[in-house]
Amino acid sequence: MNVKVIVRGNAKGSLLIAKSPINFLGGIDKKTGIVHDKKHDLFGKSVGGKILAFPFGVGSSVGAYTLYSLKYNNCAPLAMICLKADLTTASGCAISNIPLVIASKDDYDLLQENKEITLDAVDGKIL
Amino acid sequence: MELTKEEENALDGKQGDTLALAYRTLVAIGEASGADRLIPIEWAHLSGVNYNTIGDAGKEFLSHLSQDAKFKVKTTVNPMGFDFDSVSRYNLDDNFIESQRSIKNSYEKMGAIPSYSCIPYEIFDVPKQGTHVSFAESNAAIYANSFSGLKTNKEGAFSALASAITGKSPCSDLRDDDVRKPNLTIRMKIESRDELTYGMLGYFAGKVAGSSVALSGVNDLDRRSCKSLCAGMGTSGACGMFTFGEEEGEKIDFDKNEMQKIHDELNTSESGDLITLGSPQLGLEEIGDLASMLKGRSFQKRCMVFCPSAIKGQIRNLGYANEIERAGGELLFDCCTCLSPLVDNKEVDSVITNSVKGAYYLKTSNNVDVNLKSLKRIVQEETR
Repeated sequence: MNVKVIVRGNAKGSLLIAKSPINFLGGIDKKTGIVHDKKHDLFGKSVGGKILAFPFGVGSSVGAYTLYSLKYNNCAPLAMICLKADLTTASGCAISNIPLVIASKDDYDLLQENKEITLDAVDGKIL
Repeated sequence: MELTKEEENALDGKQGDTLALAYRTLVAIGEASGADRLIPIEWAHLSGVNYNTIGDAGKEFLSHLSQDAKFKVKTTVNPMGFDFDSVSRYNLDDNFIESQRSIKNSYEKMGAIPSYSCIPYEIFDVPKQGTHVSFAESNAAIYANSFSGLKTNKEGAFSALASAITGKSPCSDLRDDDVRKPNLTIRMKIESRDELTYGMLGYFAGKVAGSSVALSGVNDLDRRSCKSLCAGMGTSGACGMFTFGEEEGEKIDFDKNEMQKIHDELNTSESGDLITLGSPQLGLEEIGDLASMLKGRSFQKRCMVFCPSAIKGQIRNLGYANEIERAGGELLFDCCTCLSPLVDNKEVDSVITNSVKGAYYLKTSNNVDVNLKSLKRIVQEETR
């Protein structure tokens, strides 16, 4: 499938799919990458080493720094796939060098949990 | 986005990791906001300076970045959480002080002018009409677009920082003359006006307008009202500029009914334990005004007065500082009402201010109640 590239790069790994938007500032432990927002559907799971798909980011723009901390602490996602480009996620992926792409609703709905995918965030393709 | 060969190379890391990071940020924000290219800017004004707003993750990021990054264009910075010269008089924990010091050092190491002010338009020379700048402080971006003849979006902390490092910004929104032309006019219908009325007009406009708005029936703005209008507008929405006079398109009235709704939203107390003046920080002219209003009078409560250190020498030499301190005012430099840890809800339940922006952040971040009234009323009711 074709996707719009926001932050360039390449990644290969298994998909972790969130149903709800993510608030990086309050929702994820920056030292471990574990989702600690009890109300979130990924509660208790780690985003580290996964290709994380979620609708979009919400909450304070400071959440971009949380993504940087995750990367610095080696527990960041390998790449991210969103439905909509919010500035916090875009900035956070940019400063942390995490590839980020936007998929159409139809394509996004085809993504399957745990499936191994190859993301080409240069030419904008998911294989 | 279309990038030049040089920009592509920098993005690919051929000019080092720091420039790659900065270009990645500009391209990501540009792609997300519909820009078609990058354009040069002459001045960046950065937010994300107060430790209260960026926390440990921000502090660590800036510390890593400053090991290599150098600002390429004139770069000024927003207020910090407190004033280093007077911090010992306040009950602030050592971790906050040391974290703030680290952030300050990081910005200065990268080449920031240590302005620590939210009113760069008032303390620096303004470039010529039409110059593109990158201002992350919302009141400053709106002021720059509406009064200073400059062009900027309401930048975020990351786009302005990346602009400081590269001297470029994504060309989108208010950098386009078509977007700058308002398609909504707000008719000012309030007759008796002061800075608080204008702050509430701004807050209303921010809620209802898109990128740009026209204001009709406004022709008597002094400096204090101007700043209050810009700050109110920047607080409530995405609107980044205004023009004067009526435009084609939709028209909405700002009347007593609308103003009352905003007052009811922001004013949550009929009195307060502490007065704060300065959000945005007071400049030389406003400090002079305040000193003359206070002649022969004294505050009956603590009153914090926030201003930039750029005017510190002048207000001392002109006697304004002495007059304000004699009246019981505490002058604080390099910080601001907004998000200051110096206003602690363990010590005060409610704060008196004339700032709509201040009221919003005091309520949402400091968790205190607010008594919102004009400076004239504050002096009448809270001094003797």
